[in-house]
Amino acid sequence: MLKYIGKRLIISAVTLLVILLILFLLLQFMPGSPFNDEKLSPEQIEQLRAKYGLDQPIIVQFFTYIGNMFRGDLGVSYSLSPNTPITDLISNRFPVTVMIGFASMIVGTFLGLILGFFTAFFKNRVLGAIYSIFTLLGIAVPSYIFAMFFSNFLGYKANLLPLLYDFRSPVISSVMPVMAMSLGVMAVVARFAKAEASEVIKSDYVLFAKCQGLSSRTVMTKYVLKNSLMPVITVVASLLVSLLTGSLVIEQMFSVPGVGGLLTNAINANDYSVVIALSFIYSALYIIVMLILDILYCIIDPRVRLGGKN
Amino acid sequence: MSMKTETAYIPQDEDFVFAPADLSVGVAKESIGGVKHEALKRFFSRKSSVLGVVIIGLLVIFSIIGPYISGHGYDDQDLSRANMSPRVPVFASIGILDGSESVPKTSGEAVQNKYEELGITDIYYLFGTDNLGRDMFARCFMGLRISLIIALAATAINLLIGMNYGIISGYFGGITDIIMQRIVDVIGSIPTLVVVTLLMLVLQPGMGSIIVALMLSGWFEMSLIARSEVFRVKELEYVQASRTMGAGHFHIIVREIVPNIVGKLATQIMISIPSAVFLEAFLSFVGLGMPAGTCSLGTLLSDGFSNALLHPYKLIPPAVIMILLMVGCHLVSEGVKKATE
Repeated sequence: MLKYIGKRLIISAVTLLVILLILFLLLQFMPGSPFNDEKLSPEQIEQLRAKYGLDQPIIVQFFTYIGNMFRGDLGVSYSLSPNTPITDLISNRFPVTVMIGFASMIVGTFLGLILGFFTAFFKNRVLGAIYSIFTLLGIAVPSYIFAMFFSNFLGYKANLLPLLYDFRSPVISSVMPVMAMSLGVMAVVARFAKAEASEVIKSDYVLFAKCQGLSSRTVMTKYVLKNSLMPVITVVASLLVSLLTGSLVIEQMFSVPGVGGLLTNAINANDYSVVIALSFIYSALYIIVMLILDILYCIIDPRVRLGGKN
Repeated sequence: MSMKTETAYIPQDEDFVFAPADLSVGVAKESIGGVKHEALKRFFSRKSSVLGVVIIGLLVIFSIIGPYISGHGYDDQDLSRANMSPRVPVFASIGILDGSESVPKTSGEAVQNKYEELGITDIYYLFGTDNLGRDMFARCFMGLRISLIIALAATAINLLIGMNYGIISGYFGGITDIIMQRIVDVIGSIPTLVVVTLLMLVLQPGMGSIIVALMLSGWFEMSLIARSEVFRVKELEYVQASRTMGAGHFHIIVREIVPNIVGKLATQIMISIPSAVFLEAFLSFVGLGMPAGTCSLGTLLSDGFSNALLHPYKLIPPAVIMILLMVGCHLVSEGVKKATE
């Protein structure tokens, strides 16, 4: 097991380095220069380049860059809000994104578990139909289309919820973004929960438990629920990452002051340093969550570490 | 003991005649054909799969003929006819979808009908017009066509690269596999959105760039599936048999392995197409999509959203088309999965 974890750690570290290299190279090839102000004389540009270390050999620049990234110094914004450290830009916005992401995940998982388990437990036609419609829509319809319809009907026509995010009432203004994002999570979790629970219900130990005369409620809660919950948890964790990145469009639609909105604005303002810093953060987050997930898997399911992956 | 009581087999002349050269090929083809036939039968026995095929078929047909059947070009601008609400021939006579819309005025809401104001009640814009007076019906299906071309091209390239990569990695195994898988591990750990966003910043905006971005972010998933499928089939009896008969690697891969992993790959293709459409739309939303002037589902949705509060009819058609496409692909992928299991 230690060997497996070690291997995963090395892969993650290499991946992070590769990403840093790609980001660094991209930064070199980006069209335009950070100092393309016409008022600057060549000497002034030279001075600025020296100030930011851009006159150093490219290898030195790369290692300074890696060092800075790991020390948490992500550079400064060029055009979005000039000379503001990117860490400052992000630190205000990160909690908002994380809060909405977590809320969507919790709501989606909860509803998904209920839908999936109930459909597996009671093989009921009405429930089955509800399950099919919700999972089909949740998986097939992108969250931004839900967001559009919610904002148009609930926000504008019915005037129930605020159309745009409001600092003063963060909870009520998060309702629509969370609704839009949680439907996809719900569908994935419901499908997974249903598949897992149906598998467990068919297993021998559940049959044995039933033969012992345990009530069906005990069997369901003590045997089925417990055994099918673990795999679902790992799916949920992997969904969290996609929620954090997938919230880009949703944040833009509802003007949520989160990291996704910042990335969109930075792309539109050609603020490459911000785009690249955020790409680094997203990638690092993704890699860390995947690493934790794989280790979790390895603890839960011994087949993974025995090489049964193939 | 009983062996001895049987009369010994006396070789006949025909035992020494060569079998026709195409005999083995004929058998192989027939058996594969049989499996395919079975899978097709199972696929079409599910109502939801048939529904999926019908939806996708209709969308494809409309993406081909849609831009031409409305009588208005998808790019014909006419500013006097900007922002017209949908007007549908039969419905208009009974008072719904007749081109009138309620417009917020300073003194409450007013119902206006631009068709009557302009005196063109004999002209019908089925989905209305956009802010430059272009026919939304033609534009929606033109957009669908562009989105489908992008998705199909990206998926085809993904399939080509991913399948070959996965098959080579899985078939040869050993050190080849280890090296190739470490590369995939690293590439797969970079979030798709990051890859796509960064690439679009570097490349010129346009269809080619979007396809490249989608390809770079999607091929490894296909390769993982191809690889795990190859692992499943490569030690099976028929592959062993082929190997024993002296077949080369190329023959085994093309004739024995590929036909038997097609099912899983087909499922993955049906998953990749909507996700490519999804990513294209995403790019349009963040301002990295198709350049202005062209249309795709993404740009239509994004324009529709910015106008949604005033003119909701601009948002609904592209959204419905997108949902139908997603649902259709999903139903088909489920059907293929069930049929090939």
